[in-house]
Amino acid sequence: MDILATALPALGQAWALILQPVVLGYLVLGVVMGLCIGVFPGLGGIAGLSLLLPFMFGMDPILGLALMIGMVAVVPTSDTFASVLMGIPGSSASQATVLDGFPLAKKGQAARALSAAFASSLFGGLVGASFLTIFILIARPIVLEFRTPELLMITIFGLSMVGILAGRVAIKGLVAAGLGMLIGTIGEGASSGDLRMSSYDYPYLTDGLKLVIVGLGIFAIPEIISLLRQDRAIAKEQSLGGGWLDGVRDWFANIWLSVRCSIIGVVVGVIPGLGGSVVDWIAYGHSVQSTKDKSNFGKGEVRGVIGPESSNNAKEGGGLVPTLLFGIPGSGSMAIFIGAIALLGSGQIEVGPAVLKNNLDITYSIVWLLALANVVGTIICIAASNGIAKLTTIRFALLAPFLFMIISFAAFQSGQNLMDLVALFAIGFLGILMRRFDWSRPAFLIGFVLSNPAETYANQALQIAQSRFRRSMEEGLDYIFSPIVIVLIIITVLSVVIGLRQSKNIMAEGDVQSGSKRAPFLFLIAITAYIAYALYDAASIPSFSRDRTFPMFVAGVCLAGCVILIIRMMLRPETDTIFADRESDGEDADATHGLWPTLAWFAALLVLTSLLGFILALALFLFAFLKIRAGLSNAMAAAYTTAGIAFMCLMAGLLNRDFPPGLLQGYADLPWPLT
Amino acid sequence: MSTIKTTRRVACSLVAAAAATFAVQANADGHGIDLQGKTVEWIIPFSETGGSAKWANFYAPLLSEALPGQPTVVVKFMPGAGSTKGANFFQEQQYADSEGTLIFGSSGSTQFPFLLDDPRVKYNYADWNVVLASGTGGVAYLPPDMAAKMDGLDASGLQGEDFIYGSQGATRLDLVPLLAWEMLGLQVEPVFGIKGRGDGRLMFERGEANIDYQTSSGYLSGVAPLVEAGTAVPMMSWGALDADGNIVRDPTFPDMPTFKEVCEATDGCETSGTQWDAWKAFFIAGFPAQKMVFLPNGASADAIATYTQAFEAVKARADFADISSKRLGKYPQMTGAEAQGALESGTNVPQEAKDFVVGWLEERYGVTLN
Repeated sequence: MDILATALPALGQAWALILQPVVLGYLVLGVVMGLCIGVFPGLGGIAGLSLLLPFMFGMDPILGLALMIGMVAVVPTSDTFASVLMGIPGSSASQATVLDGFPLAKKGQAARALSAAFASSLFGGLVGASFLTIFILIARPIVLEFRTPELLMITIFGLSMVGILAGRVAIKGLVAAGLGMLIGTIGEGASSGDLRMSSYDYPYLTDGLKLVIVGLGIFAIPEIISLLRQDRAIAKEQSLGGGWLDGVRDWFANIWLSVRCSIIGVVVGVIPGLGGSVVDWIAYGHSVQSTKDKSNFGKGEVRGVIGPESSNNAKEGGGLVPTLLFGIPGSGSMAIFIGAIALLGSGQIEVGPAVLKNNLDITYSIVWLLALANVVGTIICIAASNGIAKLTTIRFALLAPFLFMIISFAAFQSGQNLMDLVALFAIGFLGILMRRFDWSRPAFLIGFVLSNPAETYANQALQIAQSRFRRSMEEGLDYIFSPIVIVLIIITVLSVVIGLRQSKNIMAEGDVQSGSKRAPFLFLIAITAYIAYALYDAASIPSFSRDRTFPMFVAGVCLAGCVILIIRMMLRPETDTIFADRESDGEDADATHGLWPTLAWFAALLVLTSLLGFILALALFLFAFLKIRAGLSNAMAAAYTTAGIAFMCLMAGLLNRDFPPGLLQGYADLPWPLT
Repeated sequence: MSTIKTTRRVACSLVAAAAATFAVQANADGHGIDLQGKTVEWIIPFSETGGSAKWANFYAPLLSEALPGQPTVVVKFMPGAGSTKGANFFQEQQYADSEGTLIFGSSGSTQFPFLLDDPRVKYNYADWNVVLASGTGGVAYLPPDMAAKMDGLDASGLQGEDFIYGSQGATRLDLVPLLAWEMLGLQVEPVFGIKGRGDGRLMFERGEANIDYQTSSGYLSGVAPLVEAGTAVPMMSWGALDADGNIVRDPTFPDMPTFKEVCEATDGCETSGTQWDAWKAFFIAGFPAQKMVFLPNGASADAIATYTQAFEAVKARADFADISSKRLGKYPQMTGAEAQGALESGTNVPQEAKDFVVGWLEERYGVTLN
């Protein structure tokens, strides 16, 4: 009752603050800006907030908050466009949406998928805000119960989703996840700074690979190349089925799934240190497990869109708890948000343990501004979805060069290094091969995303536990086997057992025919070689360093998996599922264009960039591609090229970003944007 | 690649030399540079999310107002390799290429690898021109049961305890607290892999870590409420420097003893000798001279004067004490000779002190730097 007595007046004050026309105006402005930026993969909330920062200094706090929250809140909403329409995971929040959203778009049901996603986002946002209004008052002690062993268990629970997404040959899925984890360990170790699979002579890899690059490479590039080879539109049917009303109906029919996934989203979002990286996978896993007929997952099951999308906006709300109550940002954009709050007004809002006491009204304003921004953003997105879905009927050869342009730019933003593009190409190539030989790409991505938390929490939990055990046995056991940990272990074990039993029916990436033995075998050998080298590399780190343990363990397990796979390949006939090869039969085999010439176009963009810098290379690439591959006239190709370059320059200019320079820029001093 | 770089560098320096001569002639009777209609890029070698971003975002609009011609000041983030990437980039820039439209913000994390001769460091502070130096301070704190074991200033009661500390890495700013605690004879085991000091505080709040430190602003917003609630007790501040380079009480925390006082009161801790000198040198590099603004190599005296005056004008604002104390803490924001002094004390560490720290890092944490 005591809590209510303080909460209710503050809630009233918060609504009085929010419901001023000028505040709502700023909120809508923020939402529109957020939608424009969020549509760009890889540019999310960080770029948007940085754009706003110069205006925050001394601004009226509630106006500044409305503007910033409007922007941050809708990024996970507008991400959905890229993931559903193009198969490009815009950020970690929309990775799982790709799995079923993109197949729906291919079926010509993009508008249905989009509006189901938006309705779920909206609902998730509102559930999140309602939950937080009460929860935020009692959150502190509960959040503090999540110590390192609990965080480790949640990470492992996230990893257990690999069981569901492993594909037809479970061990292949396991090795794919392990490979993702090993790629995630590349660079300086968090513990003693020892280098894994990198060297100071090639400084690029010492910072590790960024999620943007791996996500784009592993999902987007294989899909773009594959569609390009078939030379058709994204949607197979010319007439688009399923308008936005269908999507909203789909959402309503699955409203309980949406409720459950929203709650998963808030709860995981509340826990500091995990942020968005696991939420959508856990929600996807839950959607699969709670669906009776699992045969449609990966081929366009709308529940596979509703689950993750309900959770990712709810997670933003949950993420406010660590941000506001502990002053610990749950994500990059939240970190800027904290910095920006200090600039507002006269700096009187201070996030951290005292925020509830001193600024409860502001806290509630933030929670409900977030919910309101979701409503506004969703309405705009649903209204736009029928129109934007028409993109899927355009001939893909006209769309692809611009997608290459956008993903190259997005990849470059992560490290501002030409090597970003090389890494994108290399990971993209790995993605193409994994897709071809039916190795689970979602499993790989889950492994990559959770590699870092898994390693850090494992090392930390071990170290702290050792210290506790030194004090007494009892204290150590209490620390490791807390009630939360035990519950999480039970959930994880159940989910793995059930998942493995069902995974044979779930083909997250469609059915793949088996072909000859040679190509799949060579790919397996190449992967085995990499894993073996990673093991050797980790083993050569001095033994007192903790940085060697995790990669050695993962590589060891993977190597065992590889050996089993090799033996199985030698024993089985070439019709066995283990020899799955997309080039042997189906869409890819019948494609108009070969893999290599198509890939060569992308490689050409890269080589040209390294010589001439991005903008000049892009101009040549766009024109040549549109002229030769898409068969446009000179005038049309020139017009499209100009439009593309102008758009790129406008975006980069607004966001104050540079383009990759080439050799030419080393000799000549060129004006922006050619630099 | 390296030939191209060399050619480029030679070409650049020729141009720079020519331009410098020209600039001196052209501006000899002027009173500084005019930046009207220009855009000043302020490079921060960290991501948008760190403390340096907060600091630069605070100063950028004020600097824009104070510079002649009111140029737009944009903060540009260039993260990578713990700030050495951005600093190496800045080292290659010549003043003549930017004519005062390019400045660089360094931090303690840029200075430490420089001091420790990290092989990735290709930059040299001596080539740069400092126009502002901002300091900060730090406070170590304990849970109440541990704090009760201290006898006034004497920390010997803590010597038998097992301490866990959430750390970002022994070669980072955490070197200062780790070395200080070791000098007091405390058994502190750092748990690495923390993303920021906030995570370290969270670990303390969860009861997993039982010793921690925060920079001043982090302490005021994150720990002061815990102290009020009785779940944390301040142990000591690192102190501040007076004009003669002595360690005195931190003006933000005048009631808190400094590490120097605690060290003097604790058996086995010496406030002289190599170990102390090393600690003090790295403390200065990491705290009182933590963040600095530089013009690139070859900057004209006019440009340096213009920026110095601009930062002085910012400091002279009637509301500066008010707005800066909330966002940066009550610390000296030094310009001119003072900034130069801070730079020198922060980047010139006696070889003995360096060798000691390098040896200590290797022996204690197995960290080798090359």
